[in-house]
Amino acid sequence: MKAVVETVPTVYEQLTSRGVSRRDFLRFCAATGAALGLQHSAVAQIAKALETKKRVPVVWLHFQECTGCSESFLRTSHPIVADILLDKVSLDYSETLQAASGHQAEAALQDTITKYRGEYLMLVEGAVPVSHDGCYCVVGGRTALDRVKEVAAGAKAIIAWGNCAGSGGVQAAKPNPTESVPVHALIKDKPVVNVQGCPPIAEVMSGVLVHLLTFDRLPQLDALGRPKAFYSRRVHDTCYRRANFDAGLFVESFDDENAKKGYCLYKVGCKGPTTYAACGTIRWNEGTSYPIQSGHPCLGCTEAKFWDNGPFYQRLSNIPGYGIEANADKIGTGVGAAVVAGLGTHAVLTNFRKRHDIGEHPGENAEQVERAEAADTPPPASDHQI
Amino acid sequence: MSANRIVVDPVTRIEGHLRIEAEVKDGKIVDAWSAGTMVRGIELILKDRDPRDAWAFCERVCGVCTTVHALASVRAVEDAIGMKVPPAAELIRNIMYCTQTVQDHVIHFYHLHALDWVDVVSALKADPKEASRIAQSISKWPKSSPAYFADLQKRLTGFVQSGQLGIFANGYWGHPAFKLPPEVNLIGVAHYLEALEWQKEIIKVHAIFGGKNPHPNYLVGGAPCSFNLDEVNAINAERLAMVGKLLKDARDFVEQVYYPDLLAVAPFYLDWAGIGGGLENYLSYGDLPTNGFSNVESYKFRRGAILGRNLNELHAVDPRDTKDGIEERIDRAWYHHADGSTTGGRHPWAGETNLKYTGPKPPYDFLNVDDKYSWLKTPRWKGHAMEVGPLSRMLIGFAGNDTEIKEAVVEALGALKAPPTALFSTLGRTAARGIEARLTAKWNLEFFDSLLALLKAGDTRTFTKELWDPITWPTECRGVGTSEAPRGALAHYIVIKDRKIQNYQMVVPTTWNASPRDGQGQRSAYEASLIGTPVHDPKQPLEIIRTIHSFDPCLACAVHLYEGGHEIGHHDLLVK
Repeated sequence: MKAVVETVPTVYEQLTSRGVSRRDFLRFCAATGAALGLQHSAVAQIAKALETKKRVPVVWLHFQECTGCSESFLRTSHPIVADILLDKVSLDYSETLQAASGHQAEAALQDTITKYRGEYLMLVEGAVPVSHDGCYCVVGGRTALDRVKEVAAGAKAIIAWGNCAGSGGVQAAKPNPTESVPVHALIKDKPVVNVQGCPPIAEVMSGVLVHLLTFDRLPQLDALGRPKAFYSRRVHDTCYRRANFDAGLFVESFDDENAKKGYCLYKVGCKGPTTYAACGTIRWNEGTSYPIQSGHPCLGCTEAKFWDNGPFYQRLSNIPGYGIEANADKIGTGVGAAVVAGLGTHAVLTNFRKRHDIGEHPGENAEQVERAEAADTPPPASDHQI
Repeated sequence: MSANRIVVDPVTRIEGHLRIEAEVKDGKIVDAWSAGTMVRGIELILKDRDPRDAWAFCERVCGVCTTVHALASVRAVEDAIGMKVPPAAELIRNIMYCTQTVQDHVIHFYHLHALDWVDVVSALKADPKEASRIAQSISKWPKSSPAYFADLQKRLTGFVQSGQLGIFANGYWGHPAFKLPPEVNLIGVAHYLEALEWQKEIIKVHAIFGGKNPHPNYLVGGAPCSFNLDEVNAINAERLAMVGKLLKDARDFVEQVYYPDLLAVAPFYLDWAGIGGGLENYLSYGDLPTNGFSNVESYKFRRGAILGRNLNELHAVDPRDTKDGIEERIDRAWYHHADGSTTGGRHPWAGETNLKYTGPKPPYDFLNVDDKYSWLKTPRWKGHAMEVGPLSRMLIGFAGNDTEIKEAVVEALGALKAPPTALFSTLGRTAARGIEARLTAKWNLEFFDSLLALLKAGDTRTFTKELWDPITWPTECRGVGTSEAPRGALAHYIVIKDRKIQNYQMVVPTTWNASPRDGQGQRSAYEASLIGTPVHDPKQPLEIIRTIHSFDPCLACAVHLYEGGHEIGHHDLLVK
């Protein structure tokens, strides 16, 4: 089964070799463009890219993680994961899916990072423990610390999947027993895209990958290194229950009369007002639902250090510059004139803040930059050519 | 011939980081060591947090068997504070559980295990017409025409000819242990790809009730969703219809693809019904309550233990027994106790543990297996090493004379013309998983019918409000939440003090199976099952991963630590 690399066909050649017509190929390109939210004019660009490119070598490393990001990736509906694996990338190392184990798996990794130095994409799932010389995560007899540095050295770009690779994740929650750190804390000389979430939404993961493969450049990133395409809107601003918040209609307790009407979950702890994610727009599992739609407050899992932002069922307070707490209290309790006055004030404030927050430069509002600095995150690598 | 030490690290197509070292002599394994090489310390992180938040942390123990740790966690808290969940919430949990089990078993069979039995390269030589004939002879599954298999073969050929073999690179293709005809290999590859699409569909059930998958939301006291048949913003007839369709699709795939494939592949590998048996003891806590979690008698999966493969006697198991029940030992694991001891065990409510790595400094070629060699502790029940998982559940149902389980097991054995003793093996473990998938897919539809009947009768409650506020809790309490995860018996132990988590401990399926030996030298399930396994070529560990994969390893689950009492004792962690 040793094959000759020099004869690698393009994605287009591969598709046609398995009987896909030109017409179907262009339809596939259009669907991919639509998935990325692109104008129709970009379809030609996608088609050109796929006609002329070999499958990009990809290595997927696992460290301190739960494999939830891999599982989420398997759920992607466009493109479906079989098409990604067979037609779009060459997943040369993946502890979850690859046939080979042990020495054969390690050889596959070494082959790729040697042969395709400077060309392969490095995908990372999990955080890296640095305490005690890295003894808390060892793969193939070598520490995660060693492995991440070795593989990063020849990578074209790095995608950090999920909250663990992006900000340390659950193992970095207090007291962070193994001193777990995210990828960008260790790799400073390579672009790192943080595809946040616990896990990230499947179509966000595949969308970022398709963006890199199609346009040969990183997507624009926010101050936390997250692609703006998916992380520039607050869950609160894209939430279909937002009108209830604005109207002061809140769930007071799970499964109460208000919960049965789908009122706002802010008072039972929803972190939507401080969370930037695509849950309200793309939703989960091919658009089936998202946490708030199912009746549970947002945990805020696309934000750095969200594990220590709880307790989860305690309402948010002291949101910088928002004062939602005060307004929600005024609106959510009591009856009569106070409520009417509160409503008016709240509505005005809401509109003002909405404009401020949604803004002309999504993802770059003052609050976000402030939080990014506090979380010691990397500078944005927007428009980085790769 | 002297023994030859071989190392398999990483073991792939599993969850987490597992290393196997084995000694091979005269073409057979004579000794083996199983090591978990990653630790996170989730239980330490849980200390002092709100017990109602614990499920979210615990759920992140594993994203493959996502939900099972959340379920065990909410049960542990409810058990501690004396909370009962409404019937509709119990049914939602059961539906999410069954959906998870069925999806997880199918993913395991096709994506984590199949490449141990199916030679992908051989499929290139298949006759698509013959593949079609075989497929149609074993199932009415519609995707089975000659053209379908010809198209797939063409696609696969193009992929291989590209020279970029991706996940199939360096596989063990052509190894003499592969026995399937090319046509069955082609069917296997077809269903590998179909299962990839199927799994993302049926798991939408989790998104409906829990908002997302992986890691759907749970809630202490019930389920987070509400029913309102006259409201678009709640679970209504449209959402329920979607659940109903998905559950039917799940069952159809199991009945028409997974189970027929299992029965088609197994006859070629009947020699594996005599390999990999390992331990002779089996444990299950039971699950799927039909009248409340506290009513163990109402479970669909029974609780109990089998010793010495004696199916005529089912032993009672009490997870609360602190005197002569479950304990986790650290004899061969990288932990120590606060009193300075480095061996012995504790019941989960009473113990304490600290990380202390004493293995070789990485990079290393071999672990020092004569000393401590894993981050997994070693659980024991009344001093016995126990196997947990689908095989244990089926055997315990069988021994307990559960009619449905017994019939399903007998039917499968009949189809394979195999005696019951064939179950005690690598193949038996893999077959038991398929049998169990049939049962859970069927039960899932029954739970769904029960839910509809309940709603029709007007009981739409999904949450118990009474004990939600921590002010209503006792100052000190403790609980245990058990479940039967896809990989086996799971127990979460919690001690709550002053409304905060004082101590949290998870005793996890893969910890039972993959743990290092204990101080008495008793091997746990992985190590025991590898003894006697043939190894054709020590450079190619195909036979080793076959048996290891038959357990469906989940290492992130298995490795954890907890700390108890007032000795924090993690100075070893924090002070370099």
